[in-house]
Amino acid sequence: MAEEIVLETRGLTKDFKGFVAVDGVDLAVRRGTVHALIGPNGAGKTTVFNLLTRFLAPTAGRIFFKGVDITSSRPAVVARQGLVRSFQISAVFLHLTVLENVRVALQRPLGTSFQFWRPERVLDVLNDRAMEILETVDLAGFASHAAVELPYGRKRALEFATTLALDPEVLLLDEPTSGMGHEDVARVTALIRKAAADRTVLMVEHNLGVVANLSDTITVLQRGKVLAEGTYDEVSRDPRVLEAYVGNADA
Amino acid sequence: MPARGNGRWLGGGLLLAAGLVAPYVVYPVFAMKVLCFALFACAFNLLLGYTGLLSFGHAAFLGSAGYVTAYTVKSLGFSPGLGLLAGTACAAVLGLVIGWLAIRRSGIYFAMITLGLAQVIYFLSLQLEFTGGEDGIQGVPRGVLFGVLPLDNPLVMYHFVLAVFLFGFWVVYRAIHSPFGQVLKAIRENEPRAVSLGYDVHRYKLLAFVLSATLAGLAGGTKSLVFQLASLTDVHWHTSGEVVLMTLLGGLGTEFGPVVGALLVVTLNNYLAGFGSWVTVITGAIFVVCVLAFRRGIVGEILAFARSRSAPKDP
Ligand SMILES: Nc1ncnc2c1ncn2[C@@H]1O[C@H](COP(=O)(O)OP(=O)(O)O)[C@@H](O)[C@H]1O
Ligand SMILES: [Mg+2]
Repeated sequence: MAEEIVLETRGLTKDFKGFVAVDGVDLAVRRGTVHALIGPNGAGKTTVFNLLTRFLAPTAGRIFFKGVDITSSRPAVVARQGLVRSFQISAVFLHLTVLENVRVALQRPLGTSFQFWRPERVLDVLNDRAMEILETVDLAGFASHAAVELPYGRKRALEFATTLALDPEVLLLDEPTSGMGHEDVARVTALIRKAAADRTVLMVEHNLGVVANLSDTITVLQRGKVLAEGTYDEVSRDPRVLEAYVGNADA
Repeated sequence: MPARGNGRWLGGGLLLAAGLVAPYVVYPVFAMKVLCFALFACAFNLLLGYTGLLSFGHAAFLGSAGYVTAYTVKSLGFSPGLGLLAGTACAAVLGLVIGWLAIRRSGIYFAMITLGLAQVIYFLSLQLEFTGGEDGIQGVPRGVLFGVLPLDNPLVMYHFVLAVFLFGFWVVYRAIHSPFGQVLKAIRENEPRAVSLGYDVHRYKLLAFVLSATLAGLAGGTKSLVFQLASLTDVHWHTSGEVVLMTLLGGLGTEFGPVVGALLVVTLNNYLAGFGSWVTVITGAIFVVCVLAFRRGIVGEILAFARSRSAPKDP
């Protein structure tokens, strides 16, 4: 396994007007691995994601992506460099069709996205690729439906497909299986495994079965601080982690 | 999809037919007023309906273009075509400035900044020498278009205004159904998601804002030629409010909604003019009733109805 660190934080801190949601977090994600970030609700996991993708500015600390300091980059730039996130609350373009949702992700590299004088037809060259991607998440049959018509599990699948359409180097997934039934969880787990075959994944996940199943490394966050880090076996035997999870059965 | 395409051709055909017979059925000046406001509302809809940005200062673009067109034609002797171009260009530049200042905020803050800056334009219009203060610029000659078309002839003028409107409508239509329009809709639907896909959303919003301001300016310049007048009414915040009303009444984010809304509001204002200050109360009441009864606006409700009739079965 390559030991190269693709994503790293040093002393990452976020202070929300006196409330320190993320407190001096050092994180090192190795290229090609699946790295899970777990911890009780309110531990600061989503905030870490928001900091990594520059949706929030850190109060202190630095972020390095592929060895480059991205602490003050713009969020869209970070995304274009290959660090792409999904959202905890399903984020799809509700009133675009399922096909259009994926196509919007594919469209940017064409370089036509500011061209307001050209017909939509010029995007049709992307349809085959978009259908291929929809195929992988079993959504091809819904291509012409508005995304708003999809049931919850399918919306999440669509979001996943849209994220994958960017072919990101590092994929950040915020609770990809939250609110899903058994069947959907199994399907999403398989999808993540497939996506992780040739890229790095950092994910927040509450379902410990999924975490055990997929992750190479686990970082446990509690009250904004790193509590423990290691493989699933190491972390699950750590007495501090067991203690943190007692009384936090939902986590 | 084909059903929607048919509806679009039907709507477009009806609109064109109405546009062609209008000057023989109603007063040409009235029809031209409707067309100017319809273009104004279409421009506004590009921003609110397709980008999700509520500007509360669009009168600034309508009005300032009106002043510049009127001034250049009357005092500098520009031809009507050139005057219109000057007015439109002025609105574009103003759109770039106001848009650049407002675009970094969203929701109510965006609306307040556009309103505030539009008030600055109103103040300037009142104070500056060339705008004629309370009197405005009156008696603007319509002149001869491209050296051949005498715009003093009401029918010639009408067809010129119709052509301007169709051009503006087409530009909006093109923009909505372009690669750029796809990104705009994505931003409207979920801005953080659009950012996470790598789009610099501010740039897209700014371009949408400038396009919208430019077309609003085209409407304003044309209007000043129609009425041979540029006045404070067109830069007043009332006008900014009225275009919101037209767009919502007709159907936000629909292609033909703003046109229907503009027709309705201009007609109401005209026929209720006899009621004096009651006009505002009556339009206000109609607005409330319409919003309660047809939340999607008139065209929006028609489309929703048509869609529910032809809803595809789940695969
Ligand atoms: N924008 C914000 N402003 C203020 N407090 C916030 C903000 N975002 C998150 N928080 C707080 O930070 C803490 C961590 O939140 P979050 O990162 O969402 O936790 P997790 O994803 O681990 O459940 C919570 O107590 C939350 O209330
Ligand atoms: Mg969270």
